[in-house]
Amino acid sequence: MDKTPQTKPRDSWTFSPEINSEIRRAAATGIYDIRGGGAKRRVPHFDDLLFLGASISRYPLEGYREKCDTTVVLGTRFAKKPIELKTPVTIAGMSFGALSGPAKEALGRGATMAGTSTTTGDGGMTDEERGHSEKLVYQYLPSRYGMNPDDLRRADAIEIVVGQGAKPGGGGMLLGQKITQRVASMRNLPVGIDQRSACRHPDWTGPDDLEIKILEIREITGWEKPIYVKIGGARPYYDTALAVKAGADVVVLDGMQGGTAATQDVFIEHVGQPTLACIRPAVKALQDLGMHRKVQLIVSGGIRTGADVAKALALGADAVAIGTAALIALGENDPKWSAEYAALGTTADAYDDWHEGKDPAGITTQDPDLMKRLDPVEAARRLRNYLAVLTLECQTIARACGKSHVHNLEPEDLCALTIEAAAMAGVPLAGTDWIPGKSGL
Amino acid sequence: MQTIDMATTSLRDLNALLQAQAAKTNQTAWAIENPRGAHAVAVGLDAPIEVTVKGSTGYYCAGMNKQATVHVTGSAGPGVAENMMSGTVIIEGDASQYAGATGHGGLLVIKGNASSRCGISMKGINIVVFGNVGHMSAFMAQSGNLVVLGDAGDALGDSLYEARLFVRGSVKSLGSDCIEKEMRPEHIAILTDLLARSGADAKPEEFKRYGSARKLYNFHVDHAGAY
Repeated sequence: MDKTPQTKPRDSWTFSPEINSEIRRAAATGIYDIRGGGAKRRVPHFDDLLFLGASISRYPLEGYREKCDTTVVLGTRFAKKPIELKTPVTIAGMSFGALSGPAKEALGRGATMAGTSTTTGDGGMTDEERGHSEKLVYQYLPSRYGMNPDDLRRADAIEIVVGQGAKPGGGGMLLGQKITQRVASMRNLPVGIDQRSACRHPDWTGPDDLEIKILEIREITGWEKPIYVKIGGARPYYDTALAVKAGADVVVLDGMQGGTAATQDVFIEHVGQPTLACIRPAVKALQDLGMHRKVQLIVSGGIRTGADVAKALALGADAVAIGTAALIALGENDPKWSAEYAALGTTADAYDDWHEGKDPAGITTQDPDLMKRLDPVEAARRLRNYLAVLTLECQTIARACGKSHVHNLEPEDLCALTIEAAAMAGVPLAGTDWIPGKSGL
Repeated sequence: MQTIDMATTSLRDLNALLQAQAAKTNQTAWAIENPRGAHAVAVGLDAPIEVTVKGSTGYYCAGMNKQATVHVTGSAGPGVAENMMSGTVIIEGDASQYAGATGHGGLLVIKGNASSRCGISMKGINIVVFGNVGHMSAFMAQSGNLVVLGDAGDALGDSLYEARLFVRGSVKSLGSDCIEKEMRPEHIAILTDLLARSGADAKPEEFKRYGSARKLYNFHVDHAGAY
């Protein structure tokens, strides 16, 4: 019998198996999908940029022999005590509550060994974190959980959080599973409830109020501490300009690949701009105000390699911050826990249900048994190693471009592989002198 | 009595001087003249001193106060006594928005009216308002007591947690998850103490108590309409 040739089953691009599975999940539960991490979709990123390297018209510096400085000083505008870092890579804000105590300790230890700063999160400052962090940035968040003047004064810098890249315009969320007695008491909340962190500050709205809020914090802390203002990648030009106008010493700019402990997937994937698209507008705002390098810019959201660091700096950032990458360096999503990830219905590298508190790696959990799996000293060593690699890689590229300080990297050192990246980064498409969106070329 | 004239003393010098007072200072009485609506007056204090501000203040007067008593003879701008930890702040006139926001402890007495969002996100502070409070007061209030001798505006106690709200007058509307609750003897005791400490002329029995229905504590799809 003749067999009629059959068309191979074809999944719909629009209704892909992934999309269909989400429709079924939504229909079964009636609630949006909540997860941790940042945007997983492919967006134009630092991978779409290349460095040109030195040539006849400019000469390189000798690797390991000729100095390439990586020192960064943050908070030179108003603070009496600016922060000096040995590397342009800092650790982004992540809360005790979202992360275990040992994980926060490991971040502090690793950052300290690398000569950089770490940052508290939405849940207050713990003694362990302060004790293990030589330079600690204290976040001032809408929830004000655990906020008090003593911790403000024992911080090395204060970061007023307006937004974050994973969810510009969104608040925080810590589900009941992770609200243990200690977490609850630090936040003045009952144990076991779903804890919402407000999306906007309770006692100020808009840039004019922010200016007064910054004045108040400076008055409380004797004008000693650098005041950072952290913004999500929404309207980077105007938000940067307004943060500067309000008196910020440092602007922290977080693109949509920046992670969160827990937020709606729809928010993470559909609100905010890619990190690459945010940097040049923010730098332009600083330049237009004559404040570039006077108010420092820290960029975060998808920094993974020394090349990413170098590219962010070349586009005008003074430093970068890492969150997700730091957790992976500690041991998050490690394949050695593959069997346990499988039992949770996921895989190593894809696991993002950080809000459930069941993290096999013992990092995004408050479970006493799970958190014991992370040795903070050993994890800190891994983080220190990773930070060292990022710094060395960034230096390698900077030397190849002939720079004696990583801050001397500039857009002119870059070209783009795609039209989109060329437009966003404001650098020419490779092999052309074309910068999309720039007239007169 | 030490007197600081803000017409001739900078805000920085004023706050530095007050913040420098040690726990055992014998200079406990301070007067601040000519505040003229300045922001961040007497913030970050941490000593058992008594500061009288002769006039009206701008934003964040007595912000993050610990131990000190700050007495404003005029009215206070937004965020008075924000994030107060302990001590007492007394406002003779009215207070603008966010009075006592996120306060962790201490007593805030407003002898006039308070505007919107009084006691927003409060975390243990006690607030007594002799007059009325505006809309969204005690929004997301976590703990502590808000006592209102007058009326409350719209959406009182919206999304509140464990804070207790006592209102003598009318409540224009209750916010999500806020309900009237039974006034039990322990609440009468709390109220009696707060009314006495703030010098308010009212009887505890005249008040109604409001608190959380606790229905929004864990997300449930059937309650989605309340968000």
